[in-house]
Amino acid sequence: MTRPRRIIPLLAAGFGSLLLVPAAAWAEGMPQLNFSTPLTISQVVWGAIIFVVLYILLARGGLPLVGSVLEERAAKIGKDLEEARAAKVRADAGMAEADQATAKARAEAQAAINAAVDQAKKAAAAQTEALNARLDKQLHDSEAQIAQARTGAMSALRQVATETAATVIDRLTGSAPDTGRLDQAIGSALASRGIG
Amino acid sequence: MAAEGSSSIDALAQFQLHTTLGPLGASVNFTQANLMMVVASLGVLALLYIGMKPRAMVPGRLQAAAEMGYEFVLSMCTEQIGPEGRRYFPLVFTIFFFILFGNLLGVFPYFFTFTSHIMVTLALSVFVFVLVTIVALKEHGLHFFSYFLPEGIPTILAPLMVAIEIISYFSRIISLSVRLFANMMAGHVMLEVFGAFIIMLGGLGLLGFIPAALSLGVNTLLIGFELLVATLQAYVFAVLTCIYLHDAVHLH
Repeated sequence: MTRPRRIIPLLAAGFGSLLLVPAAAWAEGMPQLNFSTPLTISQVVWGAIIFVVLYILLARGGLPLVGSVLEERAAKIGKDLEEARAAKVRADAGMAEADQATAKARAEAQAAINAAVDQAKKAAAAQTEALNARLDKQLHDSEAQIAQARTGAMSALRQVATETAATVIDRLTGSAPDTGRLDQAIGSALASRGIG
Repeated sequence: MAAEGSSSIDALAQFQLHTTLGPLGASVNFTQANLMMVVASLGVLALLYIGMKPRAMVPGRLQAAAEMGYEFVLSMCTEQIGPEGRRYFPLVFTIFFFILFGNLLGVFPYFFTFTSHIMVTLALSVFVFVLVTIVALKEHGLHFFSYFLPEGIPTILAPLMVAIEIISYFSRIISLSVRLFANMMAGHVMLEVFGAFIIMLGGLGLLGFIPAALSLGVNTLLIGFELLVATLQAYVFAVLTCIYLHDAVHLH
């Protein structure tokens, strides 16, 4: 800043003095220096009045008028920028909210799927267990029935064997066998075969 | 701007003052220079008031011109003077546009250039000088006088430096006023001389037509040059006012 400040007056002075040369040639009788007429001074007085009036009109009216328009424009631009910025913030917030909602919905859906799968697994397990239990019970029952039937059959076997043996002996010998001995013989025979 | 007599060129007659606006103007010594000052002032005011009338968000041509003038002078003030420059902005604006319109109006034929009068430019520069000195005294009080003794000067040289600084300070009045006056006057004298050449040579018949046409060409160029000088000198005056105000506000 200091350089141009030094150079401008120098340049201007140089330029001015260059143009002074022709002016000096006419220096004799320059109307500008003719003080025999009062107009040379009166124009300065009038000039001062006009300048002051112009200054007041500009300082009070003209320049604030321009300034107000410029300020209005700056304020409008500032406001518009502010609004745009606010809208962007709102849009960003909406965006984040939407992202959050999507994530939440996804998580919820995942949880629901997991829960459904769990429930289905549990139900299947329970069903399997119940089925197993029923089958086990049926198995037990059947085994018990078989055992009972077997025991029944085994106990009937002694009687059948006794009666058959008594009949056979009666036919062969013609006399009824001694019940006590027969029963003892049957018993030992059955025991030897592992029955009874 | 007509030459009086064919043998001699009176290039200075154009600067003679006379009263205008009839007997009323004559009774209060209202000259044609003052009439041009009024026209220039009305021009500045019209630029601002008519230009800014639409108060448009997106300015039209005239409004853009008014706004550019405003912002140009405002930036000149704040750049040269500093943040305090806003205080002196209306004054610098008035000085710049008063001189600019005065200079530019002078380029029109039959119009008078009030800035070609040394008394007018001297009054303006004395006004600027007094204002700057008052501002400096108001800002710094008696400390202002240290301005005339730059720092780091040997004591032996101090009296000499003070004398030089005081002379250069007062010479601002002369340089400011003579620069503007001499530029404007010289330009109009040249225009007058070459304008007289056209008439004189054109009157010589066939032989004179070519130099007359050349003179016309020179005058055409001079008009363009005058537009440049008119703008430049108004700018120089305003910018120097700003620089002086900077010195007054900041002392160096």
